Amino acid sequence: MTLEPNQDQAAVAATARAFARDRVAPAAAANDKAGALPAGLIRGLGELGLLAVNVPAEFGGAEAGAVAAALSLMELAAADASVAVMASVTNMVAETIFKYGSPGQRERHLPRLASGEYLAGSFGLSEAGAGSDASAITTRAVRRGERWVLDGAKQWITSGDVAGVLVVWARTDPGLAGGKPVTAFLVEPGMPGFTVGRHEEKMGQRASSTVSLSFDGLELPDEARLGTIGQGLAIALSALDGGRIGIAAQATGTMRAALDAATAYAKERRAFGKPIAEHQAISFMLADMATSHDAARLMTLRAASVKEAGQPFGHVAAMAKLFASEASQRVVDRALQIFGGYGYTEEYPVAKLFRDARVQTIYEGTSEIQRVVIARQLLRDP
Amino acid sequence: MDFQLTDEQRQVRDMCRDFAARELAPNARRWDEHHEFPREAVKKLGELGLMGIAVPAELGGAGMDNVSYALAMEEISRGCGGTGVIMSVNNSLYCDPVMKYGTEEQKRQFLLPYASGERLGAYALTEPQSGSDAAETKTVAVLHGDEYVLDGSKNFITNGPQADTILVFAMTDKAKRHKGISAFLVPTDTRGFTRSKPDDKVGIRASGSCSLFFEGCAIPKGYRLGGEGDGFKIAMGTLDGGRIGIASQALGIARAGYELALAYSKERKAFGQPISQFQAIQFMLADMATELDAARLLVWRAAYLKDQGVRHTTESAMAKLYASEMCERVTSKGIQIHGGYGYVKEYDAERHWRDSRITEIYEGTSEIQRLVIAAGVLKD
Repeated sequence: MTLEPNQDQAAVAATARAFARDRVAPAAAANDKAGALPAGLIRGLGELGLLAVNVPAEFGGAEAGAVAAALSLMELAAADASVAVMASVTNMVAETIFKYGSPGQRERHLPRLASGEYLAGSFGLSEAGAGSDASAITTRAVRRGERWVLDGAKQWITSGDVAGVLVVWARTDPGLAGGKPVTAFLVEPGMPGFTVGRHEEKMGQRASSTVSLSFDGLELPDEARLGTIGQGLAIALSALDGGRIGIAAQATGTMRAALDAATAYAKERRAFGKPIAEHQAISFMLADMATSHDAARLMTLRAASVKEAGQPFGHVAAMAKLFASEASQRVVDRALQIFGGYGYTEEYPVAKLFRDARVQTIYEGTSEIQRVVIARQLLRDP
Repeated sequence: MDFQLTDEQRQVRDMCRDFAARELAPNARRWDEHHEFPREAVKKLGELGLMGIAVPAELGGAGMDNVSYALAMEEISRGCGGTGVIMSVNNSLYCDPVMKYGTEEQKRQFLLPYASGERLGAYALTEPQSGSDAAETKTVAVLHGDEYVLDGSKNFITNGPQADTILVFAMTDKAKRHKGISAFLVPTDTRGFTRSKPDDKVGIRASGSCSLFFEGCAIPKGYRLGGEGDGFKIAMGTLDGGRIGIASQALGIARAGYELALAYSKERKAFGQPISQFQAIQFMLADMATELDAARLLVWRAAYLKDQGVRHTTESAMAKLYASEMCERVTSKGIQIHGGYGYVKEYDAERHWRDSRITEIYEGTSEIQRLVIAAGVLKD
């Protein structure tokens, strides 16, 4: 057991912390208002290796492992959850292309994802009528000789408007793959038949764009297929296992920001003749917030270290995601309470934390889906 | 960074798991029902080295680390929560401070036979009118020549009815408040020392607790542990380790409750299928398993920091707070999953829940843990 990050992991975390402090935090409120992330910020992340932390160096990644990736996302999220989710999804797409991609796909996309040239990678699974139940997607890919023709629409796609590459899942003829009905494809912007639809007006994480996509007779060469025919669902679930560590890390970062802000405020603000931090009603909230944060951080890093060790980690990633995202809701709520009326205004950062945190129990698998994953595993164990 | 146990840690865990399944779990209900101290089992714990786990071998212990201690405590408490606290008090609250603050002579007399499990130790800080607020200690110790004479009483002392020596905290200089407290090793055959009959407790009934009375109880000056006035520091530092023990006990009790509920849910049928097939039950089990894991990681972190020799006051308090409150929630859900069977003594679910309740109170209530954690957060 070694619970301290090693030198490389600590270095990645320190790099992310410095970038978060100098570049992300100062712009977070303005980006939230503008509803977009500046390209320069994303390229800055790319230059530091933070968009492909767990991808080998020969493809432009930082090759620093899953623990370093989680530490980096915690630091970014403590400054702005929008940056963290964009980075989390981009890392996930890069890892997925590394794991399942052909040599050509790796060579084409990974260096561009890692450097920030692409401004994001995107993950196109959810649809208007299929979220948790991914096997219910209706987007179709029909084989025409050496080509595929995609028709359908996706919804809730993070960075779908700016991404340089999008992994898109579609139904394919189950007869082509022993009954397995879903296949993954790599789609690039500007392809005829691919259009980006409306931007969702979200309550939080507003600087990260969320869009719908539509495919109208989009023709793809067979080289755009990711993995084998029928492998789509397995690829999606495997990618999401890793993505969940990313969102757990994000929630942990959100909690740290809320705890730090509330602690500083509680020391300054006075009531009944002393700083409110000296009232137990307040200090006990801080104690619970700190305990939740620490437990979430340990759950997240444990899941990352199991992943890094090459062991099955879906179950512990689901636990980390469930625990951290649920804890984050309570922690930002308590932080807002400590700020009183000021917490309810956009003048202080805690209102944004409160808005940003809410989606953490929803995306990349709702809390309910995490519980399904966890329960399935524990009922299977002897 | 890795969360893997070493081979040695795994072996200790497995040994304790076997022992608990064989010697503790089958008897736990009987000990609970009769409020019976598991004398034979405690003797065997001593033979296995579990009564002085972190004490070096030359001082009678097993010479293992604190992560091993946490693992052992979880497994033993899974078999019997009451036996867990007997072990925790002897390890953390008695052997640990004697090892840290004792002179060579004191270690020979007061540590060796206790770490080896031949004798049993206890820790007496709480009084009828002072629990969380230890500075209010009323028991006094007055130096007369070569002896300290103790007068006063202590309350809720775990292992009190069986202990051979008790680490007692008493005021030597009242004017200095908490800095006037000193620690003493009081053999229970000392004249002027008496104890009440054991307390009738809600849970952990295999473990005994009682009140202690000191009336002109004279002990040699050399039985003082540490310097005069060091008592409060010793008491509080000791609790940092004790909290790892109780947090681990809570883990073990919670795991017993969770595992029982999981097994029951696969057997019990309703509406034509095992109740484990309903999401209402599955989601309870998923939450129980997740909270157990979160608590275990907090406990391991605190034990790990103690092994590194790093200050771990805040981390121990977090582990104790979270694990004990988790234990109450998890064992309560265990009852819920059992339905009516959870409410009757024929099943163990109700005992787990009764056992859980004390973990939020002793060795610092949840409120004291929050005070400790808040002090850590606000200091940074």
